[in-house]
This record gives sequence, C-alpha cells and structure tokens, in this order.
Amino acid sequence: MYCGGAGNSEITMKPLLECSQIGKSYFGVSVLRGVKLALAAGSVLGLVGENGAGKSTLMNILGGVTQPDAGSMRLDGSEYIPKTPAEATGYGVAFVHQELNLFTNLSIAENLFIPAFPKNKFGFIDRPQMRTKTAELLRAVSLDISPDTLVESLSPGERQLVEIARALGQNAKLIIFDEPTTSLTSRETDRLFALIERLRAQGIAMIYISHVLPDVFRLCDEMIVLRDGEVVGSGRKDEFTTERLITLMVGRRLDQLYPTRDTQPAPETVMQVSDLSQPGVIEGISFELRRGEVLGIAGLMGAGRTELAHILFGLDPCARGSITINGAEISALSTRERIACGLAFLTENRREEGLLMDAAISDNLALTALPQFTSGALIEQPRLTQAVNQMAASVQIRGGGQHRQPVKTLSGGNQQKVVLGKWLLRNPAVLILDEPTRGVDVGARSEIYRIIHQLAATGAGILFISSEIEELIGVCDRLLVMQRGAIAARFERAEFSREQILGAALQSGEKP
Amino acid sequence: MKAFSKQTLNINRLAAPQSAIRNPQSIAAGLCLLWFLASIPFTPGLTSSNNISNIFSNLLPLLIVATGQTIVLITGGIDLSATSVMALTSVMGALVMSGDQGLLGGSAWAVPAGIAAMLVAGALIGWLNGAAITRLGMPPFIVTLTTMMFFSGLAIWLTKSKTIYNLPPAFNAIGKGSLFFIPYALLVTALLVVAAHVLLSRSLAGRWLYACGHNARAAEISGVPVGWTLTLAYVCSGVCAAVAAVLYTGRLETGSPVLGQRLLLDVIGAAVIGGASLFGGRGKIVWTMYGVLFLTLIDNTLNLAGQSHFTMMMVKGGVILLAALLDVLRRRGQ
Repeated sequence: MYCGGAGNSEITMKPLLECSQIGKSYFGVSVLRGVKLALAAGSVLGLVGENGAGKSTLMNILGGVTQPDAGSMRLDGSEYIPKTPAEATGYGVAFVHQELNLFTNLSIAENLFIPAFPKNKFGFIDRPQMRTKTAELLRAVSLDISPDTLVESLSPGERQLVEIARALGQNAKLIIFDEPTTSLTSRETDRLFALIERLRAQGIAMIYISHVLPDVFRLCDEMIVLRDGEVVGSGRKDEFTTERLITLMVGRRLDQLYPTRDTQPAPETVMQVSDLSQPGVIEGISFELRRGEVLGIAGLMGAGRTELAHILFGLDPCARGSITINGAEISALSTRERIACGLAFLTENRREEGLLMDAAISDNLALTALPQFTSGALIEQPRLTQAVNQMAASVQIRGGGQHRQPVKTLSGGNQQKVVLGKWLLRNPAVLILDEPTRGVDVGARSEIYRIIHQLAATGAGILFISSEIEELIGVCDRLLVMQRGAIAARFERAEFSREQILGAALQSGEKP
Repeated sequence: MKAFSKQTLNINRLAAPQSAIRNPQSIAAGLCLLWFLASIPFTPGLTSSNNISNIFSNLLPLLIVATGQTIVLITGGIDLSATSVMALTSVMGALVMSGDQGLLGGSAWAVPAGIAAMLVAGALIGWLNGAAITRLGMPPFIVTLTTMMFFSGLAIWLTKSKTIYNLPPAFNAIGKGSLFFIPYALLVTALLVVAAHVLLSRSLAGRWLYACGHNARAAEISGVPVGWTLTLAYVCSGVCAAVAAVLYTGRLETGSPVLGQRLLLDVIGAAVIGGASLFGGRGKIVWTMYGVLFLTLIDNTLNLAGQSHFTMMMVKGGVILLAALLDVLRRRGQ
C-alpha cells in the first residue's frame, strides 16, 4: 500500500538499488573498496561482517551521512547521490537505527511528522489530520496505542515500531535495519520479524544488518558479507551455511570460538553471597564463587541479573543479606571500598558506564589502577606508561596505533578489551562481567574468552552474566539460572544442556 | 582574525587544518603573535617597555582566576561566581586590615589574618558550590549563578556600597612591590600557575578531574571519588579568585565591593580561547595562558588605538564566540 501497488513479479526483475564500485577512505585509510550490491523491491538483503568491516560506512553512504570517494549508486533506475540524510529520506531510503532516533519528550504523532507537520488553512499545525494519519501508520505496524502517547513511555520494541511507522509515513522504498534486535525481548523480536515479512509482501526492499546469524538466515533472501571494506561473499541465502558465513567474516576458519580451559577452579571460596535480597528486585540470592572459577548467570531479560551485579558492586542498595570477599564482609561498603577489596565490574553498557569515550586508550586503561601508581600525590608516569603498554599488548587492542588515540575510534570488540584491560590492571579477586560480548564481533569474542580464561588461571573468580546460552555453556564451569529475581536452577558443567537451562529460565513459579 | 576564519572554513575538507584545530595551543599562540604584529603600525607605543610591563601586570589577576576556571571547565562545569568571590574577599580582607575601620586595624597580625580570611572565604564559597553540585545534584550553571548574585550582593551590603581605604602598606606591597626587580605579584602568579599545571598534568587528582569531565558515571564505576573531585575543582576556583583578589586589592590599595565585576566574560573567554572545552574533559593551563594573553592584548591595543570600551566588548565577544564555535567543531571533527 505504500509502494505504489506495483506487482511483485515484475519488480523483482530489475533491482531497486544498485551500487557499484563504492570506495571510501578516511585520512588515507581505505574503509570501503569496490563494494557492489543489488537489491530488488520486495526482498531482504542480509549484511553481515565483523565490527570495523565497513558496514556502518556503507550504510552512512546510503543514508546520505557521508559521500563516497568512488563508485555510483542507482535507485529506481535513476542516479542516487544523497548529500544529506534529509535528501536520502526524500528518495525513499529510511533507517531504523541501533540507537533509536526519536524525541522521547514528544508524542508518537509529533515524532512521525516532525520534519513537515501538516498545516490547516490558517497555517497552524493540523492536529486532527496528524492524529488520523498516525493512527493509520500505527495500524500498519500493528501497534495498538494512541498517537498522543509520549515516546518516553514506550518500550524499546515499541519505539522501534514507531520508527518503522515513520519510515512508512515517508513512503520509504528501502528500509535499512541496523542491529534492530539488540534491545528487544524475544516477543518483540517475533513481532518485528512478522512486520518485516509483511513489508516484504508489500514490495518494500530492506537491508538487515545483524550479528545474530540465525535471524539473518530466517529473514533474508540474499546475503552479502563484508570484510575489511570489501565484499568477500554474496549470493542467495541457500548458498550459505552458518560455518561458511563465519569463515568469510573472520577470514580464517574459526574451529574454536570457545577456547579450551587448561586450569581447574581451586577449592577455596573467593566470594560468598548469602541470602541477598532487595524487595521487588532480587530475592534470597545465595552462591559461592571459587578461586579460578567462571560462574555463569543465565536468565531472561528482566530476571534480575544486571540488578544483582549492581547490588554486588554497591551501585544499588540491598535490604538484607551478606557478601564477603576472601572472608571480609563488604555489603556495607561503598563502590570505591569494594573496588579496593578486589571487586571489578564490566557493565553491560560500555559507552555510558564503561569508558571515557573521548579520552585516550591509555587514559582509559589507567583509570582504575591510578592510585597504585602514585608517589605522594603525583603519578609515576614512566611506571604507569609501562604497565599500560603491557596491558594493551596483553589484551591485544587493535587499531590503537599509539595509545593516545580516543577510545571511540576503536571497534566494539577493541573497546571492550580496553574495559577488560583497565580492570585487569588492578589484579581483581572477583570480576563481574555483564554481557561482555554484546555488540562484539566473532573474532574479538574469541579473544575476550581467552582473556577471561587467563584471568581465571591466575586465581580470580569470575561472574559471567550473559543472555546467550551457547556462550555460557562454552565458557563457564558452573551455571546459575535466574528467574524473577531468584535463582531458579544450578547446573554443574557436566550437566549443561541448552534445553534444560532455557527451560529453567522460562519456567514459572516454583523454585527448586 | 583572518587566520581564524580561514581555519573554520577549511574544516569541512578534512585536510591539514584538522591538526591545527585539534591543537588549540598553536591557534591561541599564533593569534597572540598575529594580533601583536598586526597592531604595531596602528598603536603607537605598543612595543614600549612601559607598555609591555603594563600588559603583564594587567594580565596577572585575570590569569589566576582563569586558571581556577580552567580546572572547573575540565570537569564539565562552570564557575560564574569567581568574580563575586574576588569582590567579597577584597571587602572582607579590607574589613579585617583597614586602618580606619578594620577589625585588626593597626595590629601586627592584620596582614596575615586578612590574607588568611580572604583565602578561607574563597575556599568556603568554592566548597559551598561543590557541595550543592555534588550532594544535591544541582546543575553547576544555576548553583554558581545564584552564588554569584548572592555574594556580589553581600559584598556591597557589607560596605554599604563604599570602597575601603587605608590598607596596611605591607599588604599593598604584595600587589605593587617587587623583589629584586621581580614583582611579588608575578612571583605569586607563577607559583600558583605552576602548582595548577602540576595538579592537572602530573597528579592523581588531575587525572580524576579529566575523567569526571569525560564521563562522570563511568569514572564513578571505575572507583574515582567523583563528588570529592568535583568539589576540589570548585574549591580551587574559589581559592584562585581569592588570590587574585589579594593581588588586585593590594595594587589598588582599596577594598572594593565591585572588584573584578567586569572580568567574568574575560575569565571564561580566556579559558575557551585557550581551548578548554565547555563540554568537559579538555583544557590545559598553558593553553589558558595564551587565551589570557590574547584577551589582554586586545584590551591593550584597542585602548592605545583610542577605541572605546564598547568596541572592546564587541571585539572580545566576537573572538570568544569564534572560540566556542571551534570547540564545537573540534568535537564533531574527532
């Protein structure tokens, strides 16, 4: 209904979007070379590649954010050279972003029409018309709420649907999804996928970018793999398997995503948590973590895993219970004092809570360990520099050149290694990891697992929170499954089974 | 000025000027030199030794206050109360020391007690600002705006809007006297500037100040005592303002409730021209020194060229606006 009603069979003949020989370089470093792609109306193209492969740059070119140095693009048969995002929108190219792009303080209707409000005959905003049109668009994305609802009261999934509704309102012919499922619950994801199917049937072309390969297989008709700015594979979906995709993305065979452990947990307990409770958040959490052990925490979103981590680290209050590290009670201490006791915490949100994005790599690495490198009130710079350089080498930060460059220029995986490195400099007794591989590409993941294992080998205890059961099974010695703020099940390594773990996370009501 | 507009035009081309834009020191230093050289033909007496020494003695109080302001800007805050601290401490010191009406007028303890009172008052007001910002979570702009109003008012109320004369000669000597040709004021300023430079570039607290400016939440989670660090910045700014008041009051030989009243724009402007970022996380004392020098040069040259105060304000306003624009472009360019 939004594409002009052309029949499916005839449009698939000639491509809607055609890019050829697209090239782009920044400061003499080429990030895209000879990229070629074609996309027919009513089809979905999956775009995969590691972080830093050039996906974002390619999408920025399509969206008019930057201009290519070489190559040409054609949209609907005519030359397509958007100079600004607004121009791209005018051509019918819309984005659904990873970080959503809505004004949270405005209503849905206002968000949908903010570039051009409909006017009545007096020149004022025609609110009734705006509302009717918005309601129509919301129906098209199956979002059954009032157009006057403020965006801030919507869940991430609902906000995404609003973004799609906005794209439809702008008569988009091509919608680009950039990691659309990262902040969605599984129900919201299903709803999004159903919508994508409907849009496809209406003849809208889509580009779907994601690290979640099963989703890409499920949704896409064609795939294209980028590595180091070049297309290393493209074709119909049935020409690919997951293994082949990963091999293409990484450029080498990834026999072992999860490295093998050569050390065993020691018998001594490093952290003991008993009966930790905070009404409405967590309930009666008890566990012990041994030296050299990687203890996984599984569970659905909202099961209380991140909240538990925040309470352990002293960022959120807790009403009852005790936490000890090496026998010392820490539950009454401040975050700073807990860090001094050997606790370390990699948060799920590295941009806002983990890193000083504008500061240099070396400053970020040094941040937690600074007090250990002082004489009097002054920093012992040579000793600090040496330690920081050693750490940068040991966690293998790539793309850093000299470590004076801002962290925000690094890819997601390398940023995460900086966060890990900054805690490792303190030699923590217990490291809490909250979704450490979120937004991290396959190659860097494997390196992060290796770093975690190395730390465990030195005798630290590691608490590993993740939403990916595969990853927990691959990395952990033992698993706790949380559900509604309580521990629903415990598994030893020998008993790990995907089905049982998922079952425990999903079961309702009774506790073991 | 010419160099400035050229820089801003070229930024979109991502070419060589990028490096110059990233390096504020070279811009500010270049501007000082350019302005100085360009002004020689139009301003008789600019290069006379008398005038040069005049430039430097005018520059010192501004440099001290701007040093404190730079520390605050690095944390991502702003201290609008700095000049009102100057006025209030000037009056307080005078009320302690003055031979006419001072509490300790004529006593041997007058000078040390007066100076101590000034410094303590500066530190206390800084602490008050810091506490309101860190403990109550109020925005720095509104906190220091209100303390500026309050303490400016207090200074005038205390003196019933009159200046206080008859300060001890020993005190005035700090502002006017010199030790073997080197003015005391220069010595004090140098000491303070070097201390601030070491604080920012070499000390643990300095690293923490920058970290808080970059991302206070991430700094907190990394174990940085954010509340303490931010409070420290405002205390530094308060103390700097009090030291500037000591030098200025001594030089004028009067306690004035409107001391430094017109200085606020210059203080923030100098730091920003030097390259301190209003978004936090960026700034250096050396950069600010160039900013101070540039603004003082503008004042001095326009003055010698017979321009009015209003022309100076327009020129300075324009320059500071361009510097703030450059700050924004720098953030985008990175």
